[in-house]
Amino acid sequence: MKLTNIGGGTAEISMPYDTKLIGDPNTGVIHGGAVSALMDTCCGAAVMSHPEAPGGTATIDLRIEYMRAATPGQAITTKATCHHISRNVAFVRAVAMDDDQDRPVATATAAFSVEASF
Amino acid sequence: MNRPRPEPMQVVKQRRDAALTALVDSVPYIRFLNISFDRRGDELTGQMNFNEKLIGNPYLPALHGGTTAAFLEMTAMMALNWQHLWAKIEAGELDPADMAAGKLPRQPKTIDFTVDYLRSGLPRDAYARAVVARSGRRFASVRVEAWQDNKDRPFAQAVGHFLMPQGEDKRDAKQT
Repeated sequence: MKLTNIGGGTAEISMPYDTKLIGDPNTGVIHGGAVSALMDTCCGAAVMSHPEAPGGTATIDLRIEYMRAATPGQAITTKATCHHISRNVAFVRAVAMDDDQDRPVATATAAFSVEASF
Repeated sequence: MNRPRPEPMQVVKQRRDAALTALVDSVPYIRFLNISFDRRGDELTGQMNFNEKLIGNPYLPALHGGTTAAFLEMTAMMALNWQHLWAKIEAGELDPADMAAGKLPRQPKTIDFTVDYLRSGLPRDAYARAVVARSGRRFASVRVEAWQDNKDRPFAQAVGHFLMPQGEDKRDAKQT
């Protein structure tokens, strides 16, 4: 995974296609779990990049909706936005795309705890 | 009283274990995370074998939320697929040797998956067991729980909805 953009409560992380991440050997489609892991990482990074975030964070809950299978061979890029942060909880939305920028692969909604420091 | 003689234990075990191994080995991501499955009859328990690369917060240290989500999703999907295929494996419609050779039935697809992180994952092996709450012709709903030292203190739980493989019977009919 590669962090391509971060700051002001948003983060963008890209995960190149890798045969190790395949979930369905018949089609070569990446496993949903790998997309979940990417989403969680990206959402967490967005929270930590928020100007009001004091330090560390931990996931409280993460919901992912899979719209379609990611096209085999293409990298998956997630963009997460921390749209609200309170003293204890941060709310994040994220979207995962492959090369087709019009049709998302998956979207996620997450809540993170806001911690004073690590 | 014409009950057929039960099959010898080795035959039953060999068939079930070979089918499970074929399913598990077919998914590269299971190997990547080093997850194994323990079978007791038709019940499966996933085990995510600990490795330093699974750590998300090195200061605590704690398991990464993403690997936890992936582990739960993997266990849920495998348990659902296993339950879905069980009757066919037992009836001999699915041959474990064919499955190992790559002739695998299509897997369920995840529609959505909601993970609830209850406490931080400790740097050690984790276990998970799934319950198929409802499995219909098109959709299935699965609950899954992961724990480490104490089964009564899960560190994460999740609910997921899956789309079952469609039109399999039609496809089978065409082949024969």
